[in-house]
Amino acid sequence: MTTTTTTSARRQEAQPILRVEDLHVRYGGSHVLQGVSFDVPATGVTALLGRNGVGKTTTLKAVLGLAPRSGGVALAGRDVTRWSVTRTVREGVGYVPEDREVFGGLTVEENLRLVGGDVGVDAPIVGELFPDLVRRRAQKAGTLSGGQQQMVALARVLLRDNRLLLVDEPTKGLAPKLVTEVADVLARVAQTTPILLVEQNLPVVRRIADTVVVLDAGQVVHRGPAEELVSDPDLTRELLGVSMRREARQ
Amino acid sequence: MSDVVLLVVTGLGLGALYFLAASGLSLIYGLMGVLNFAHGSFMVAGAYAGWLTMTGLPDSLGVGVRMAVAIAVALAVGALIGFVVEAVLIRPLYRRHIQQVLVTVGLSLTAVAAVQGVWGSDAHPLDKPAWLAATTDLAGAEVPNDRFLFIAAALLLFGGLLALLRFTRLGLVIRAGVENRTMVEALGINVQRTFSVVFAIGGAAAGLAGLLAGVYANSVSPLQGGSMLIYAFIVVVIGGMGSLTGTAVAAVAVGLVQQLANYYAASGVGDLSVVLLLAVVLLVRPASMQGAH
Repeated sequence: MTTTTTTSARRQEAQPILRVEDLHVRYGGSHVLQGVSFDVPATGVTALLGRNGVGKTTTLKAVLGLAPRSGGVALAGRDVTRWSVTRTVREGVGYVPEDREVFGGLTVEENLRLVGGDVGVDAPIVGELFPDLVRRRAQKAGTLSGGQQQMVALARVLLRDNRLLLVDEPTKGLAPKLVTEVADVLARVAQTTPILLVEQNLPVVRRIADTVVVLDAGQVVHRGPAEELVSDPDLTRELLGVSMRREARQ
Repeated sequence: MSDVVLLVVTGLGLGALYFLAASGLSLIYGLMGVLNFAHGSFMVAGAYAGWLTMTGLPDSLGVGVRMAVAIAVALAVGALIGFVVEAVLIRPLYRRHIQQVLVTVGLSLTAVAAVQGVWGSDAHPLDKPAWLAATTDLAGAEVPNDRFLFIAAALLLFGGLLALLRFTRLGLVIRAGVENRTMVEALGINVQRTFSVVFAIGGAAAGLAGLLAGVYANSVSPLQGGSMLIYAFIVVVIGGMGSLTGTAVAAVAVGLVQQLANYYAASGVGDLSVVLLLAVVLLVRPASMQGAH
């Protein structure tokens, strides 16, 4: 009995939280994703990398159902391809979009209450991770800086119990100090919730990602441990067209 | 002086009717991006539901009570029709704007033909209480009392909608949805349910507008929705599609411009002035046409 339970637990641990199989996305005549397949482990950060325009954001949107998709997407073993966006999110997939997309006409408090219901900035996790937002609860989100808006976007999604977070370029356009803050938050969140992260900033990837999936022209061209990729300058240059040394200087 | 007072109050009354007609249109476009050409049909439905209620209830109830019931029925019928139209015709066509226009235009034509088929093409006189047909002396001007009813109804609707938007969760979702509907969905919020409620609210306001337009004209007719709809669209575009406060300001402006121009220029110039006002707004602020989308 003990053996069975242990085996079952191991199997569950080994089961990816997200399995993407032969995923295709077409926009009009453009075939953006051409059979993308990868797994996201149930723990840690999986970074989705690639040059601009290879389909990283589209992959996140397709997983959530925001892009017209065909192929397989399974969340903890359950096929979600026929689920609505709303259901997918309610089943535990949180989404932080590129460019934050906070509601600029709503206050910080209102942005959070959209998800948190009666609990907005007073939620313990907000005070713990984003104390600045508590002070700015009555400020219109549209008047916040890019970094503060990113905090709103992250806080908003963390008010729900997530089984997986999809986070799209959270450090884009942020000052170095804010990049560090955002990376800190993601690292803390990843201790309890797996993250599929689209990120161009390789030092951030090196710091918080456990595994990487690299896309090129709508297809997966590399999978493996993050350290293996970012510590190999030739491989990094070949797959991403950038050098880690240059990224680090930036 | 009395002429000015009369013109201003009459203009405000007319603006109030335009606001009642346009507020739902504006919310529906702002949240859903649906240009609802069937909105005039909602007004006709409200007007005829009210008229049928007025004529169907026993005279012993008194015209004031019958009018109050008729207003409630017009609101309910407008809300029901709005809800059903959204569920049956609009929901399958979200984000397919050409098809939405075709369906809603088709519905408006069908509704007018259906009303004409059942109750005839002629206008039907609408009773109203004696106090509503009387006038009140205001700074020397004899102002028809029904203008005050229109203004009060519009203020109630405006205040109610503002309170809904400001203080309720539904209002929060609507305001967020007007800004970015896709992101609201991506936060796990069922926008579809909100769409249904907004369509019902818009339908109720249109139903009330239809009946009160009947009070204004002393009759209901199958074509009244079409003419009101044109002004409602003008108001919504001038006010900025999706903006409730903008719609209220634009409705007042259109009502006043129309009344003042008709009096000080010549009869009929009021309509032309409204179109000119629309043209000026579009030239100065072309984004009015885009609204929240």
